[in-house]
Amino acid sequence: MDYFLTEEQQMIKDTARELSEEKIIPKRAELDEKNEFAGAILKDIAKADLFSIFVPEEYGGFGGGCFETVLALEELARGCVGVATSFAANGLGLLPVVIAGSKEMKEKYLPALAEGSSWAAFGLTEAGAGSDAAGIKTTAVLDGDEWVLNGTKQWITNGGEAQIYTILALTNPEKGIRGASLFLVEDGDPGFTYGKKEDKMGIRASATRELIMKDCRIPKDRLIGKKGTGFITVMKTLDVSRPSIAALAVGLGQAALDEAVVYAKQRVQFDKPIISFQAVQHMLADMAIQVEAARSLVYGTARHIDAHPKDMSKGSSMCKVFATDMAMKVTTDAVQVMGGYGYMKEYPVEKMMRDAKILQIYEGTNQIQRNVIGQELNKEYA
Amino acid sequence: MNIVVCIKQVPDAKDVRLDPKTNTMSREGVQSIMNPFDRHALEEGVSLKEQVGGKVTVLSMGPPQAEEVLREAISCGADEGVLVSDRAFAGADTWATSYTLAKAVETVGNADLILCGKQAIDGDTAQVGPGLAYQLNLPYVTCVQKTREVSESAIQVERMMDDGYDVVQLPLPALLTVVKDINEPRVPSLKGKMKAKKAEIKVLSAADIGAEADCIGLAGSPTQVAKVFSPEPRGERRMFSGSAEEQVEQLVKEISGYL
Repeated sequence: MDYFLTEEQQMIKDTARELSEEKIIPKRAELDEKNEFAGAILKDIAKADLFSIFVPEEYGGFGGGCFETVLALEELARGCVGVATSFAANGLGLLPVVIAGSKEMKEKYLPALAEGSSWAAFGLTEAGAGSDAAGIKTTAVLDGDEWVLNGTKQWITNGGEAQIYTILALTNPEKGIRGASLFLVEDGDPGFTYGKKEDKMGIRASATRELIMKDCRIPKDRLIGKKGTGFITVMKTLDVSRPSIAALAVGLGQAALDEAVVYAKQRVQFDKPIISFQAVQHMLADMAIQVEAARSLVYGTARHIDAHPKDMSKGSSMCKVFATDMAMKVTTDAVQVMGGYGYMKEYPVEKMMRDAKILQIYEGTNQIQRNVIGQELNKEYA
Repeated sequence: MNIVVCIKQVPDAKDVRLDPKTNTMSREGVQSIMNPFDRHALEEGVSLKEQVGGKVTVLSMGPPQAEEVLREAISCGADEGVLVSDRAFAGADTWATSYTLAKAVETVGNADLILCGKQAIDGDTAQVGPGLAYQLNLPYVTCVQKTREVSESAIQVERMMDDGYDVVQLPLPALLTVVKDINEPRVPSLKGKMKAKKAEIKVLSAADIGAEADCIGLAGSPTQVAKVFSPEPRGERRMFSGSAEEQVEQLVKEISGYL
């Protein structure tokens, strides 16, 4: 379907597709098997200038919006959701700086992030704070000209690989989450170390690690935005970034559909290619319908967000839920169409099905997204 | 450092078919691409420029549509593109092509290093690189798998051999042809694509490069293709393994069935 992309948008999509085909697909099985971070591929992505889409033009970026980001992520995820997740997490990590950082902070950090010579990560989740983000325990106390951070962040994408971390910590624990602030912590800051490296079911080309802050001292001006506004900035960040996860799901669903159709045309049973059987045809048709419906919703939502509406939470959550549930279903069906071969590691759909599961979980579980949608409906019909 | 990279637009090998009646290449519906070896030459030129500074000029001899590969090269980091194009060049063999490219390199001027792919995947001759060096009277090394050190006056490279590699030092200016092992070509960048879109491709005619009429095109070509044909498929081959005795035994067993 033609989505009427501008010439620049088409260029972004093409560049991401070329990266997928030339750099990601040939390496994905090996990275998955070895549980190896795709650092070299991220450098290729940087060379192709794709990191610049997250950063406004005045700081050396391309100044892309949510839609441009979605286009790039969809194509990268068509190659490997693990690689695309690392790239997306970089955008998530730097968004708070774009949204709430001071001019000095933007000037200091954004040009290197636009170049892709520096990578970012986002530190929200803790052992006791997943869906209930308000349960965070990490604290930050001002001591003279320095903030002192204490706490442990868990399951942080790009942990140990990024140079810049945006960390949510309580500056006024009595006020709970309303007393939280966002900070920028750099790799190598005193008291900042990395903990356990996770061994995951899928997206194994991405690094997932603990961040440990033990009397971690950072300069006073590393506070992002005003004190006490951390949670608001986090919510604004997630509203803009959720369609990114939906875009990964669309790319993954498309990749699984492509594999299944090609296989169904080649595989002969009862003297016929299995695509000639209605049972298989209908499965493929349903997969195609779901992928295209998700793509339409994600593109529409991303364009809606780029128009800077007052409220974007509902749309953002709707596209995340729909697209990621679709990816789980479509990758599972791709394995089914391919039968025993689909279940084997020699074929890529086995990995795709494992990669799909995380999309329903991270950046807000699909249950939490439904809560958001439900609450918004409740408000709208008040 | 002024680096000139010679590139050729070729039909995508995946699509190539021979017309069984005429035995000529069927170009209908076949996509054109940058010769894969030339992509590696270009990548080497761009990364050398990134290391030591300078400029990368891409040069191609071909019909007007060869401009596409020059733009693609600019999107991958080349600074400018020059197309040598003239009806008079038609029918050139490797000798006339080398002469024409040499004249174009002289017209562009001040080349410190010329890079070519080892060979083009359509003709597969591997003659134009060395031919160009001969015409320009430059030292050259073929099948370069690595550039080791480069200075203003010299370059040290590894030449791939069947059983290892040679290390060769050349004074500059010089010409190198490269193999695929030398690097992994980058994907065109966003900024590069925008630059390529706007870039002006300089077109040089036979007159612009001062080429002699009897040295170019069909007239300047001492060789001509008499016939192109698809070879008969080879018969079945089988490899024996094991000690010499075991292999001989297997062989005798195999052929005894035909006696």
